[in-house]
Amino acid sequence: MVLVYAEPTNGAFKKVAHELVNYARKTADVLGVECHALVLGDTPGAEALGAYGAGTVHRVISPQLEAFDAAVYTVAIADAAKKLGATVIILPHNSTGKNITGRLAARLEAGSVAGANAVPMMKDGYFTVTKPVFSGKAFADVQLLTDVKVISLAGNSIRVEETGGEATVTDLAIDLPAAKTKVVKHQVATGRVPLPEAELVVSGGRGVKGPEHWDVITDLAEALGATTACSRPVADSDWRPHHEHVGQTGVAIRPNLYIAAGISGAIQHLAGVNNSKTIVVINKDPEAPFFKAADYGVVGDLFEVLPRLTEAVKKFKG
Amino acid sequence: MKLLVCVSKTPETTTKIQLTADGKNIDTTGVQYIMNPYDEWYALVRALELKESAGGTVTILNVGPADNDSIIRKGLAIGADDAVRIDVTDEKDSLFTARQIAEYARGKDYDIIFFGKETISYNASEVGAMVAEFLDLPYIGDAIALEMEGGSATVTRDIEGGEEVIEVATPIALSAAKGLAEQRIPNMRGIMMAKRKPLEVVAAVDYPDTTRIAGYTKPEEKGSVKLIDPENMDELVRLLHEEAKVI
Repeated sequence: MVLVYAEPTNGAFKKVAHELVNYARKTADVLGVECHALVLGDTPGAEALGAYGAGTVHRVISPQLEAFDAAVYTVAIADAAKKLGATVIILPHNSTGKNITGRLAARLEAGSVAGANAVPMMKDGYFTVTKPVFSGKAFADVQLLTDVKVISLAGNSIRVEETGGEATVTDLAIDLPAAKTKVVKHQVATGRVPLPEAELVVSGGRGVKGPEHWDVITDLAEALGATTACSRPVADSDWRPHHEHVGQTGVAIRPNLYIAAGISGAIQHLAGVNNSKTIVVINKDPEAPFFKAADYGVVGDLFEVLPRLTEAVKKFKG
Repeated sequence: MKLLVCVSKTPETTTKIQLTADGKNIDTTGVQYIMNPYDEWYALVRALELKESAGGTVTILNVGPADNDSIIRKGLAIGADDAVRIDVTDEKDSLFTARQIAEYARGKDYDIIFFGKETISYNASEVGAMVAEFLDLPYIGDAIALEMEGGSATVTRDIEGGEEVIEVATPIALSAAKGLAEQRIPNMRGIMMAKRKPLEVVAAVDYPDTTRIAGYTKPEEKGSVKLIDPENMDELVRLLHEEAKVI
């Protein structure tokens, strides 16, 4: 059986959970086994995960799961997997997954792939999973050699297909240890899709010339419903918060559309963004290296081009 | 405080990754190596700051071949007291590496074991969490702030679209992200002193491979860029809608 940890986003099952469950379904189909989902807590709408391919949803409800503690969550997932006889366990490669995936693999002494970006395949007789390495400069085909396998999935990696149907929801009892950590503050900005999940991203570089000019970026992002990002020099100069920094030593992203304005396209920046499906580069320097990695290019002054593009988007959206 | 900082060797950030002709390996000809930036810039420096304010020792740990000693020496030049290299010739997977670190650290009473949030080579963010599980320690990934008061740590971690503040008693393991500290450049005195600091080489423990890399591929090259008239952004919107189908 493939068991997927369906993670809610701000109290509801959204894109992260839908993509994970659908990935698990596709993995189960490759192996010819069942796909079950695991829910930790009483998030409403668990039966609707059936629409993305989960036949059964197992719920573990406990006060110990209300605040996040990686060690407690790891026990919950590991023990559920053992009880249910799961051979493949799937997690998100996000801040939750990065705290759990390694723990789970160690606890189960399971081979693991963190940050997979494609559905596993049987290749040369081995269960093989592809993941980006060297910050997106290459992909590795990783064979998992153990009976139990752990995979964490990078966001925006697969096309989510609704299969229809409702899942059977059952409760599962697991003995959980006491948490050693205490969450004293949990603060999430609402209304904006976080960068790793964003499908549309508008990003500015040194060419924007200072934080006081950032309206040209945020106006376009607003018109598109996109998330804003920036290059490393911009974050290092404190023009924008460091969590907006995309690139090799910042956030790696894979949106459908990445619009980069005033960014020359150093190799360290490209490494974090070159898995974007479509790249638009706006730069006044026709020799900017970023144009070689772009699908569409506009050679011009971003202070003229961006407002024009914002107007065109507004007109298109009507 | 007794602090352990685990560091990796990665290709320098401007490296163009090339594959061997059969695609089974990375072509390492001419590749320059550095200490993984998250390990050096944030994990090591925050550990040094804690030592400077509260006293204690900072030990660097690397799992790898003798070639890695130059990277370890750089960590000593930045200010670590001593170093340990667990001697492994071949490149191994995360679980093997974590097992080595856990077996070394077990029973040595480190207050905090530091990692970088990920290596810029394999980008897995796994080893720290694995070590924590092997040693039954709390682990906090992507830490952007760390304050100590006695045996109690307050750690702020990055989460999607925000942050979370966690209180936890040491011993702990954590991974360092941008914001935890500011990069330090070693000075000449540090470089000279580093040559005399102890670097212990320890034999690895046996552990089976749980994964194997069968081969590599490179991302598909983009076709040539389609240039759009800067006066005509309606055309760009049309192409994004009709051709690229992304809006």
